[in-house]
Amino acid sequence: METRDLICIGCPLGCSLKVTLENGEVTEVTGNTCPNGDRYARKECTNPTRIVTSSVRVKGGKINMVSCKTKEDIPKGMIFDITKALENVVVSAPVAIGDVVLKDVCGTGVDVVATKNVEVK
Amino acid sequence: MYDVAIVGAGVVGSAIARELAKFKVSACVIEKDEDVCNGTSKANSAIVHAGFDAKPGTLKAKLNVRGNEMMDELSKELDFPFKRNGSLVVCTKDQDPALLDELVEKAKANGVEVQILERDELIKMEPNLADDVVKALYAPTGAIVCPFHLTMALAENAADNGVEFFLNTEVTKIEKKDDRYVISTDKDTIEAKTVVNAAGVYADKFNNMVSEHKLEIIARRGQYMLLDKDAGSHVSRTIFQLPSKMGKGVLVTPTVHGNLLVGPTAEDIDDKEGVNTTAEGLGSLAATSAQSVKNVPMRQVITSFAGLRAHEVNGDFVIGEAEDAPGFFNAAGIESPGLSSAPAIGEMVASQVAEKLGLEKNPNFNGKRKGILNPATLSIEERNELIKKQPAYGNIICRCEMVTEGEILDAIHRTLGARSLDGVKRRTRAGMGRCQAGFCSPKTMEILEREVPMSMFDVTKNGKDAKIVFGYNKKI
Amino acid sequence: MNYDLVIVGGGPAGLAAAIAAKDNGIDSILIIERDRELGGILNQCIHNGFGLHTFKEELTGPEYASRFIAQVEERGIEYKLNTMVMDIANDKTVTAMNSTDGMFTVQAKAVVLAMGCRERSRGALNIPGYRPAGIFSAGTAQRLVNIEGYMPGRRVVILGSGDIGLIMARRMTLEGAKVLAVAELMPYSGGLKRNIVQCLDDFDIPLYLSHTVVDIQGKERVEGITIAEVGPDRKPIPGTEIHYDCDTLLLSCGLLPENELSKTAGVELSPITSGPVVNDSLETNIPGVFACGNVLHVHDLVDFVSQEATNAGKNAAKFIKEGEQKTSKEIEILPVDGVRYTVPKYVRPEVMDDTLTVRFRVGQVFKGCAIATYFGDELISKRKRPVMAPGEMEQVVLKKSQLAEYPDIKNITIKIEEA
Repeated sequence: METRDLICIGCPLGCSLKVTLENGEVTEVTGNTCPNGDRYARKECTNPTRIVTSSVRVKGGKINMVSCKTKEDIPKGMIFDITKALENVVVSAPVAIGDVVLKDVCGTGVDVVATKNVEVK
Repeated sequence: MYDVAIVGAGVVGSAIARELAKFKVSACVIEKDEDVCNGTSKANSAIVHAGFDAKPGTLKAKLNVRGNEMMDELSKELDFPFKRNGSLVVCTKDQDPALLDELVEKAKANGVEVQILERDELIKMEPNLADDVVKALYAPTGAIVCPFHLTMALAENAADNGVEFFLNTEVTKIEKKDDRYVISTDKDTIEAKTVVNAAGVYADKFNNMVSEHKLEIIARRGQYMLLDKDAGSHVSRTIFQLPSKMGKGVLVTPTVHGNLLVGPTAEDIDDKEGVNTTAEGLGSLAATSAQSVKNVPMRQVITSFAGLRAHEVNGDFVIGEAEDAPGFFNAAGIESPGLSSAPAIGEMVASQVAEKLGLEKNPNFNGKRKGILNPATLSIEERNELIKKQPAYGNIICRCEMVTEGEILDAIHRTLGARSLDGVKRRTRAGMGRCQAGFCSPKTMEILEREVPMSMFDVTKNGKDAKIVFGYNKKI
Repeated sequence: MNYDLVIVGGGPAGLAAAIAAKDNGIDSILIIERDRELGGILNQCIHNGFGLHTFKEELTGPEYASRFIAQVEERGIEYKLNTMVMDIANDKTVTAMNSTDGMFTVQAKAVVLAMGCRERSRGALNIPGYRPAGIFSAGTAQRLVNIEGYMPGRRVVILGSGDIGLIMARRMTLEGAKVLAVAELMPYSGGLKRNIVQCLDDFDIPLYLSHTVVDIQGKERVEGITIAEVGPDRKPIPGTEIHYDCDTLLLSCGLLPENELSKTAGVELSPITSGPVVNDSLETNIPGVFACGNVLHVHDLVDFVSQEATNAGKNAAKFIKEGEQKTSKEIEILPVDGVRYTVPKYVRPEVMDDTLTVRFRVGQVFKGCAIATYFGDELISKRKRPVMAPGEMEQVVLKKSQLAEYPDIKNITIKIEEA
């Protein structure tokens, strides 16, 4: 049996959650005020995910950088792998919001997409 | 070989350089920092003293009075901001008014016009004087100046008249060899018939390399707070305090650019680069300044800084040829009223050097220098004319001080132009306003990169290793 | 040059105000933006989490901005980029400048102030020490990293746990820097819980509450930072110093509305918010001059900026079409007992909209309390709030119909009470 302490991010209340796990399965969540806390704790302990945002260089654009994000959540443990994968990515203007900057990043099946429009210089 | 090598491009070195340029001379100025006006000259009270305070008969008294006299003409010739706002030394009800009378006597001896005013009159002139102020000494010739622009104007004009400037060049050793001085630096070795030592807090080091008449210069730190322009009219004259058992007191003064300045503290320190502020020092300014001026809005502080005065232990300026080192001229121990005296020190040292070397007048000397154009002084029509010709004057870079790209380009491309963020700031005020360069520094960096040109990774705050960015994202 | 409406600032507030004014029948609108693109500071806020209230999805800053920019473009609303407003006179003439048009003056029937805010600088914080390179406001660092693509630091200490500071702790970490610590003067963070977890905890960055920077070392570039714990008087406690070898200090210590132009126009400002004092129309003391967004008061969420600005735009349109709302009655809202201020400050029961959202911030953390609203001395509503913190805005909705039942009240009081 293993326990983990978390702070719920669901609302400003920021409940201190205590999660009990057995063989990687959540058996109990305490300290939450509402069901959102329970949901958050279970997800965070079994399959924590994040959206990663970054920015990459643009060639021939009105601006030098274009912001981007993983189109969907990726496993939390892969955050650094994903930013590393973006290190040498350069895109060419024009860029539109939603354009794929890097396909299937690190084998996650998730694309990194632009979050900004960049016109040609 | 140069006729003269001046060590130090502060206000004193620059003033001497410009006065020397009035002669036919080959001269150079050697400066360890990346820009002129980077030591004591950049961090002080920015005032031109009337000259009543210095002990009659001293160099300080004589040169202060002369320097003050020269400023009007000089500010027109060299186009730098200068304003005779007058100064007051205030006496509170707990202080001995006889001290004011002593000042009146000194003023008389120094030939400075002053008068004693009573509270009812004072309060009409300065409504924010502290309630305890009962009388004051008023000196109408007291003035304020921009120390950056004064120094840069002197240096630029010297350079335009043929004086060479070696920036980023640190003098490591000075030796007399036969008929010349050999000056070793961290770059090339420079030889000169004469040397002028205008090295500020380091002047003792250089004097002591060649002379047995040892100097000892103590770095006396002064901490200041600069307030927003909203507070700039809190007083209109420079308000000094009478020395008391609490210490020498601090001044409260408007600056030529419309801010309010409060300071300095006075602390002797060991580190000649010790320009750090301290919690105690800054904390003391509010209480001390309140003794002369009430309700100083300390919430409007936009920056604080510290400067070092080069205090020579014997108390007076040390100016002239060292007795045992012919051709080695000191301009040392230049603490307050050094800024006020600088033009007169320039005159004095230059004439001594000229006499020594038998220099002739330079008929081609042009003493006129044009400052960086401030478009805010133009009419809308003139301004639009300017923008049509040079669109950069329509592009505001620093929104707090409303500085245009045109002014920054001028600052970079003129004689001894800016090469760093501080260089741009001191020349144009971009980054000197209430946001303290938060918005404009990335833009100014871009302009420096493009115009100098230089790598973004070599752009510094003020030279050497004061780098701003380390590399591209993910590559540091 | 004449326009019905001039909007000063093309960030989220200015954009939403312009769209609302257009949708309420005003065709002659000019947005004046000082930067090279519309969208304001959102352009550098590349993280996600924007727009949950407005679009029911999590967007990044540039995406949120682009939705409003697209609406401005669709409606053909005019705007000028790279243009600085130099002066606003109280007769609503706006003087601006750029490098193609030079200096020009626009006569407007109404003006919306939407200039946003700036960060508190080191000088204003009175942090002692040296003044080397390597001290940045968090927003400046954010611009350098996200817009210019340059890293301003390798080893970083952050003062202030406002959201920009927290976001930058993560950004700098992801871009290869080591963030050593975040120090916060107050005993609580000014940032969102979610940001503390996802920007600090995810990367094991320690947060020191009740700590401040007491010394900055380094003569050229920052070489070290010393932080220390502060007592209840917020003064450093000797002996609690922690030293960090680092090259960078980021400051995230609060935002200040940028009201220099408002001041020259003669707009009355609140000493609490540093923003204009406004009535229920978000109109300042100068009829026809409205304010919204962070120039009015610093917001926590951009969604609320957009809502507020929509109202400002709508009210400006009404002013242009109908002129000044004549009413004899104006009631002051009094913020007391933990409520620091309210926006708006004045309500005009006869001419107000059917409902009015009054926004405010509390002065400290409150747990298990309630927001109470009084009309005169009479308690009108009391809403329980399990937790309230200065970092987040609170609100009370006033109804015109309800106010009509109390024709004689002199003021409205909003306060925090025991639940």
